[in-house]
Amino acid sequence: MQPINEIKLEFLSKSSNEAFARVVAAAFVSQIDPTLEELADVKTAVSEAVTNAVIHGYENSQGLIRMHCKLFCDAVEIIISDDGVGIEDIELARQPLYTSKPDMDRSGMGFTVMESFMDIVEVTSKPGEGTTVYMFKTFKSLIK
Amino acid sequence: MIAGVVGELDHHSADYIRQKLDAELVKASNKNIIFDLSKMSFMDSSGIGIIMGRYKNIQKLGGKASLVGLSDQSRRIFEMSGLLKIVPAYETIDEALKNM
Repeated sequence: MQPINEIKLEFLSKSSNEAFARVVAAAFVSQIDPTLEELADVKTAVSEAVTNAVIHGYENSQGLIRMHCKLFCDAVEIIISDDGVGIEDIELARQPLYTSKPDMDRSGMGFTVMESFMDIVEVTSKPGEGTTVYMFKTFKSLIK
Repeated sequence: MIAGVVGELDHHSADYIRQKLDAELVKASNKNIIFDLSKMSFMDSSGIGIIMGRYKNIQKLGGKASLVGLSDQSRRIFEMSGLLKIVPAYETIDEALKNM
């Protein structure tokens, strides 16, 4: 399957860039004209992945976050990666309501939201080397 | 107290919203709170933490919390976390007030 368009974006791990990243992803995906609800799904999933990189990956210090998007005629692939502290136990981190930062009003629902709003969510990580979140979504409204 | 969230609720705006809400709750004579989310344009899972955190604080003081004006998107996120079982959602502020 060949993508019809592709972007790569690199930005600082500032919380203000959470909105920037999700708006860029939504603008990019809107080229194939999915429904507003499908666009909101992508925005929310990107927001969760970038927020994880800001809070957990870089623990609010500064580093670079990369977002790589490939657009297909009826789907999108989004890869968000950081060079932060990484995740020791990915299975535990993905569990609903699990959070390593309960004191900060974090709900522990980030990965659950990503899984619910996207079709595929894969996480690879190594402590000390960073985290990569791969997401894929087919837009049902565009399937012919 | 009726708290309206206008705009986007994410990790970036959550700090400001939390401080604002907590400051108002300290001043409020009544410890019940209705979150009016009808003017909220975006929310991710940070919203769960904000609502849950405030709920826990006022619950200790005998207060109740409820939600009004949920979008399909925010409803899905709240449902996933089980939050709507303890903080009920209503269609209108009037309806929420009646059930306080």
